[in-house]
Amino acid sequence: MRLHLPNSAFLGNIDPFLLSFSPSYPARLTLTANKKWISIHPAVLSLVAALGLTVKPTRISCEKLEATSKHYLQRMGLFKLLRIPSGITIKEHEPAGRFIPLTRITNSGQLSRFITEMIPLLHLEPRQATPIKYVVSELVRNVLEHAQAEHGAIVSAQYYTKSNTIRIGIADTGVGIKATITQSYPASTHLEAIRLALTPGITGTTRREGGTEFNAGAGLFVIKSIAKVSRDFFLIYSGNALYKALKNPATKQVQLYADPFRDRHSAREDLPFWPGTVVGIDITVDNTPEFTSLLDSIWDVYIKTIRERKKERYRRAQFR
Amino acid sequence: MMTLKLRPLVGVFAENKDKAREIRLHKIVPALAKGQEVTLDFAGIDSATQSFVHALISDLIRTYGCEVLDKLYFQNCTETVKKIIAIVVDYMQEG
Repeated sequence: MRLHLPNSAFLGNIDPFLLSFSPSYPARLTLTANKKWISIHPAVLSLVAALGLTVKPTRISCEKLEATSKHYLQRMGLFKLLRIPSGITIKEHEPAGRFIPLTRITNSGQLSRFITEMIPLLHLEPRQATPIKYVVSELVRNVLEHAQAEHGAIVSAQYYTKSNTIRIGIADTGVGIKATITQSYPASTHLEAIRLALTPGITGTTRREGGTEFNAGAGLFVIKSIAKVSRDFFLIYSGNALYKALKNPATKQVQLYADPFRDRHSAREDLPFWPGTVVGIDITVDNTPEFTSLLDSIWDVYIKTIRERKKERYRRAQFR
Repeated sequence: MMTLKLRPLVGVFAENKDKAREIRLHKIVPALAKGQEVTLDFAGIDSATQSFVHALISDLIRTYGCEVLDKLYFQNCTETVKKIIAIVVDYMQEG
């Protein structure tokens, strides 16, 4: 397998990075990087780490990094997680850094501890922290419950001062969305599976409205909606498919849709096969309204969708 | 009447669905089975996920019907927690 860390890969311009990923020869991983500057979204970092964990450390070949920003990879814990030497020394830890280094989460208790510990690292006020905690909890629990990922969920996040944005990335190398969703709903492609997974009330665990005792099919819809209301990017990559909810212009009123294809988005199904799921999300801290009013808008759509789907299944009276 | 303080069991941010399930199966269900009313006390909990509240109460509504809500009380809830409980109660009655 081969991954090249480019000069820049954020959710808006991530496609060339994903297209350059080569999944062939899965027992080996070669990492190369831009020689001058590497600036990447935590989703890219989590993806690299998740893939690296599927390979023995001795089978990872990482070229000597030359980019001025190479310390970022060290600081985010990439080499430590992959147990490979970096050849990079950090003399002084940046005290004002607001980031969550790459963390591997494999069980429920670890996730609860991680959520408690991550907010002080990001220096967020309680009001700002709630949607972030919500997003991380729901996404990681999805991995723990559905992905059957041997290496768990790989999470990282970073606060970007200039845009006042928290960027979060979560990756796994589990079974992927299609394998999960098709346990209950037909989906012939990875993109169709992603579309179903983002639709309110749909879960791979049951076809029953209201879900099971454990799942209601709401998590990804809520997360996509949080990104949409804060007018930010949201991305899912699974199998050969990518769905990306695009930023909404500040001049337009935000409307939530049950069908993710009605949102302003881009989608493609020509990417190298990703064995699992990668999610990236940006949340501009001050664009997120009060969490309770956000929940109102989200659940109006959720309940309306459930009601309409239930109505579709009504039997009609037969008159002779 | 049984009052169950959730904060020591689930922390300030209630998101652990496994804990929610445990509480439902080992504390709430036995109390309801004895005919007791149950108060879930959210004092000290800032927020919760829908998944947590779903794992805590959805199966009670499915198993006992919406009449179980006459025996189940929620106290010391923040606005966010109240909202999430109301949402789960609503959609469980839609389903």
